[in-house]
Amino acid sequence: MTREEIIRPENEVYRKPALMNDVGMHYCPGCSHGVVHKLIAEVIEEMGMAEKTIGISPVGCAVFAYRYIDIDWQEAAHGRAPALATACKRLWPDRLVFTYQGDGDLACIGTAETIHALNRGENITIIFINNAIYGMTGGQMAPTTLIGMKTATCPYGRDIHLHGFPLKMTEIAATLDGTAYVTRQSVDTVAAIRKAKKAIRHAFENSMQGKGSNLIEFVSTCSSGWKKSPVEANKWMQEHMFQYYHLGDLKDK
Amino acid sequence: MGKIRGAVVIDTERCKGCNLCVVACPAGVLGLTTKEVNHKGYPFSYAAHEENCIGCASCGIVCPDGCITVYRKKED
Repeated sequence: MTREEIIRPENEVYRKPALMNDVGMHYCPGCSHGVVHKLIAEVIEEMGMAEKTIGISPVGCAVFAYRYIDIDWQEAAHGRAPALATACKRLWPDRLVFTYQGDGDLACIGTAETIHALNRGENITIIFINNAIYGMTGGQMAPTTLIGMKTATCPYGRDIHLHGFPLKMTEIAATLDGTAYVTRQSVDTVAAIRKAKKAIRHAFENSMQGKGSNLIEFVSTCSSGWKKSPVEANKWMQEHMFQYYHLGDLKDK
Repeated sequence: MGKIRGAVVIDTERCKGCNLCVVACPAGVLGLTTKEVNHKGYPFSYAAHEENCIGCASCGIVCPDGCITVYRKKED
């Protein structure tokens, strides 16, 4: 069988989701953002909600998310994405509304907005990318930085006496009565990516059925900020991040 | 039962040479260029041993930039 006989439309098993634009993404090589973007695009496509989805993009590396997925987007000020999502969902209850936030945006600057939106049980989904660092602004320490982890602003490692403990936002969210589905996922292997896609689908369906707010945390890599190659960063994440941020569903109402 | 054959088409100009697809491939099909770069200056992924491809789409699934299209056909 020749290559030409295999490469035919009827034999196609995988391609970039149609909702993803052809414009090149500005993310660093191997960044977890790209994989999560693809999963969101695939799920929206499969749910047939392309015309009825509103994404709220954050401040941080994902600030340009509106350029990459072909749906309606709103750009929020730093940390205010859940507040904007609340407004969108209340004004257009038939829309699928989600926010896409990093750990600096969600766990530091927008802690109040996030916790209150989740506690009110707004029918939205919050996608939380946790790479334990501020990626875009030079890799300084974030509230989620691991104990002993070296960053640009803690070159001797995070010290609990000076900086406190890493913040587990997902555990906090699971204790709130307004949340319907709280889970922690990763996108480092094919199996994890398939699982993560199911989690996104479940959260989006929950929000459309009016079950309450949903939070999906993605434990992610920042190979540039961590000063590692993408493959080494994945390995480091499996060895260190997963020990503190345990994967799995924390709540499924 | 016929053998399963696969093939990959890689958008080399979109590729950033992160190497994740090379590691994810269970059949050792993919490799990164060592002497060639794309217009952005990145080495890019290519099918070094395409005859081994089984069309499992692992490379496409892990690719953060959606560069890879995967095809699969059963040999008659």
